Amino acid sequence: MIKKSVLVILTLGTFFLFIFQLILLQLFNSEYSQLSENNAVEKRPVYPNRGLIYDRNGILLVANQPVYDLMVIPENIESFDTLELINGLSISKDELLNQLKKANRFSQKLPSSIIRQISKENRAMFQEKMWKYRGFYFQKKLVRDYVLPTAPNLLGYTSEVNSNELNEKSDYMLGEMIGRQGIEKTYESNLSGKKGASFYQKDRFNRIIGTYKNGEFDTEPESSENLTLTIDALLQQYGESLLQNKRGGIVAIEPSTGEVLALVTAPNYNPNKLIGRERSRNFSDLLNDTIAKPLFDRSLQAEYSPGSPFKTLNALIGLQQKIITPKTRFKCNHGHFYAKNAFMKCHCPNGTSNDLIKGIYNSCNTYFAKTYLRLIENAPTPKEGLNRWRDHLEKFGLGNYLGYDLPIGKKGFIPDSKYYDNWYPNGSWGGTTIISNAIGQGEILTTPIQMANFTAIIANRGYFIKPHFKKSLFQKEKDSPFIKNYTLVDPQHFETVIEGMHQVVEKGTARVARIKNIEVCGKTGTVENFIRLKNEKTQLTDHSIFIAFAPKDDPKIAITVFIENGYWGSRWAAPIASLMIEKYLTGTIKRKWLEDKMLEGSLMDEYAKPISGKPFEINE
Amino acid sequence: MNTPNQFLENLLKLMNNKLVFRLDWMSILLYVSLVVFGIINIYSTRFSESNLPFWDIGSPVGKQFWTFILCLSALPAILFIKSNLLERLSYIFYVISIIGLIGLFVFGQTISGATSWYLIGGLSLQPSEFVKITTAMVVASNLSSLQTDIKKRKHLFQILFLISLPFFLIILQPDAGSALVFVGIFFVLIREGLDLRFLYLFIGFILVFILTLLYGYFFISIAALILIFFFYLLIKRLVPKTKKLPFLICLGICVLFSYSVSFIFNSVFEQRHRDRFNIILGLETDTRGIGYNINQSKIAIGSGGFFGKGFLNGTQTKGAFVPEQDTDYIFSTIGEEWGFIGSSLLVLLFTIFILRIIYRAEKHTSIYSRVFSHAFASILFMHFFVNIGMTLGLVPTVGIPLPFISNGGSSLLAFSFMLFIYLNFDANRLN
Repeated sequence: MIKKSVLVILTLGTFFLFIFQLILLQLFNSEYSQLSENNAVEKRPVYPNRGLIYDRNGILLVANQPVYDLMVIPENIESFDTLELINGLSISKDELLNQLKKANRFSQKLPSSIIRQISKENRAMFQEKMWKYRGFYFQKKLVRDYVLPTAPNLLGYTSEVNSNELNEKSDYMLGEMIGRQGIEKTYESNLSGKKGASFYQKDRFNRIIGTYKNGEFDTEPESSENLTLTIDALLQQYGESLLQNKRGGIVAIEPSTGEVLALVTAPNYNPNKLIGRERSRNFSDLLNDTIAKPLFDRSLQAEYSPGSPFKTLNALIGLQQKIITPKTRFKCNHGHFYAKNAFMKCHCPNGTSNDLIKGIYNSCNTYFAKTYLRLIENAPTPKEGLNRWRDHLEKFGLGNYLGYDLPIGKKGFIPDSKYYDNWYPNGSWGGTTIISNAIGQGEILTTPIQMANFTAIIANRGYFIKPHFKKSLFQKEKDSPFIKNYTLVDPQHFETVIEGMHQVVEKGTARVARIKNIEVCGKTGTVENFIRLKNEKTQLTDHSIFIAFAPKDDPKIAITVFIENGYWGSRWAAPIASLMIEKYLTGTIKRKWLEDKMLEGSLMDEYAKPISGKPFEINE
Repeated sequence: MNTPNQFLENLLKLMNNKLVFRLDWMSILLYVSLVVFGIINIYSTRFSESNLPFWDIGSPVGKQFWTFILCLSALPAILFIKSNLLERLSYIFYVISIIGLIGLFVFGQTISGATSWYLIGGLSLQPSEFVKITTAMVVASNLSSLQTDIKKRKHLFQILFLISLPFFLIILQPDAGSALVFVGIFFVLIREGLDLRFLYLFIGFILVFILTLLYGYFFISIAALILIFFFYLLIKRLVPKTKKLPFLICLGICVLFSYSVSFIFNSVFEQRHRDRFNIILGLETDTRGIGYNINQSKIAIGSGGFFGKGFLNGTQTKGAFVPEQDTDYIFSTIGEEWGFIGSSLLVLLFTIFILRIIYRAEKHTSIYSRVFSHAFASILFMHFFVNIGMTLGLVPTVGIPLPFISNGGSSLLAFSFMLFIYLNFDANRLN
């Protein structure tokens, strides 16, 4: 009997074994369906085109252009004409073989890119020969197209996400483009839009073999936003051309709105260099230029001593603190002794007596040194005097980030009492110790955009709107930059200082900046600066600075120009600022001779001095 | 005149006379539904490659479809062959098929490592599939002759020789899976009176084999020593006169076998064979290399859930993640697309089919028919057990098709013929 039923028992046993295993696998294990999806379904993002960028007048600055990666699937390659490929796509033989080897190692069945970012012209020329190259194909990709090649410093650029960003931001995937620096970074989410997804069925070699469930789960991308900047592209470009062969920055702001009209830094580069096949080489060239530092945005990141333009602020604070009046006079004899054996030089002739306005347009060091001394010494303690002074300056947007909508910047520096307590313990410092602050030297550091901002404050007679780069249609949205930030100085005090600044251009140090039919107010600066050269503190040729706004009564533009090692403020910075104002307000330049002089002028010899050993020019 | 009783009697007579009424229609129904279900699933596995209709001979599933049609048209012919003619021709068929196997070494076509195919005018033919029929026939013929007594060693060896010859010829191809099927005929021998101790021995060897792989031969030897020693003490207490020698021999065989398993496994087997066992025994997990097939197959089946993903909707199947999915791994497609309902139903159908054949075989009066039918059931069982067991990850990877379902002309032809011969014997058992 047992003999007869052996096979029956085995068959029934097998039946129960299989059913049991099927129950385990199919009914009590959800892990397998997940595994199956990971296996067989690929989610591919669908990208909206990246948003376009326009200037304030609707000029298209940044668009998108197709480039092509040459892809290869190694297992499909048949013998091909290497020479034709090498010549047609201009790639070296070694590079081609190297890339093919890499692709081979990566996968036989999956595509690898052999040449990246081939231009559409080059691709079009080669496309007709592609039938001869089995296994190769072009893959389209959109990159930026800088229609008007300008302002790379503030536009930023896009590049593929790196591994750190991949870890931090879950919604980015390998190979996707992300905005880097500038507007591209700040407004990344607006510009990139929201990607959609398509689901595809994969086979075991990870090849796509069709849509997954006829696109039932696919989502459409949300279109990206086009940006309009506050920048005036023509002014920006003009500024860039004026700064060629010089180092420095220009910041122009519309005072009434805080809109940045131009943000120029020099040296600069053509943004189209960061596109196409030479991209990575060009980028490392820029990065490795540690002397000219083209990737360093001098208008936002460079911290300089503000120099004489800073005297306007000290004047305003003095007026507000009632330690001087417009009529207050100080005597100057080529300078003055502010302490025993401590003489501060000035270029006023012997026996000069300046009131405030004259003090400003003659840029009298003595006047502002004495004002500053009073500020510090007339307070109950120097500490209180200094801190009150600092409170004022904070309201002028100094010593801290301005909060504009670009990802880089510097705080600058305004010293407080703690700072000096550190240097001079037990309160052993006083007004004379820190007298350099009076004339914008000393410990004070500002960035050009901070200077442009306080110029705008003066133009506005007492307030500023946070500088910004994106033109906003809704001027009253919450958190908008359109809040008037008032200083602690009453409006009437500004008129005096503005009159002084007007005289600077009319009969003072910056007569070169005068423009016919436009009342320009400005202030020159000639700033001492030092570097460490061969382990010795060396004073270089002074920086040339100019701040200005115009027209006087209804300011449309406030500007700061900073030319490194340009010597007198009136030599480079003032003419450039004046040309910028003329260009912006009238649209043309009447003073061709001045324009030509600025365009052709070069400071390259000056910048070579630390190497060439020629003497530096220093303002006496 | 005719009473209802007489009418019924006449009707029965008529039915017995008409072949059509004597046929085992249940088996035919099972057969047709399995093959049709098979074709549906083969269509699904190859769906992404071609969108030709299934009846197009050029489509991946067309060959299977037309083979099925060929089988069906051969059915009447086979049914009308006199069963004793087949019985008399058994040896001739056997010899022809053996020659076919030997011929492979000269004319055979090597596909994925095994020389198992003849290529004749674009059609491939796998003789090992047909040797299953002839071996079943020859064993049946041998056992049914009056002189044969399976309990006699000489006769047993004779039969074992008849089974071993194709077994080893197929091993040499090498096609371990197909060879393994012949072990199934062992069940027939037991049914026909082979001492049950052979079965115990068989089970014992398998146990020692698996335990040796799991724990090593040294441990098994110690364990066998202790077990047999206590067993001896127990028997000694019950039957004081028990001799020691049989126990010592038993121990010796155990240790020797365990050692030789260990030796063969480590020194004779190739790494791929070792891997297959190691993965099933859980000694190794490797989802990318050799374990890939089993893992992907389990993922496919597991992801099917209760209702399955639906016909043509299996993502694993479409992606061809499981290799050989239309042939040896077809059950993974069924599991994925038809879910627990479909796959358990298929397991149930096979179980019913095998039990049905055994049940009918027991009713045969002719030994030849009975042995043949049992052999058919055994071979079917071996395929069923090894194939589905493999796709479910219960049995080491052995290339063997699922009868009636898997894509493959030779397999479908051979199993169909075997079924038709069984149907013939079954319908004519009263003659």
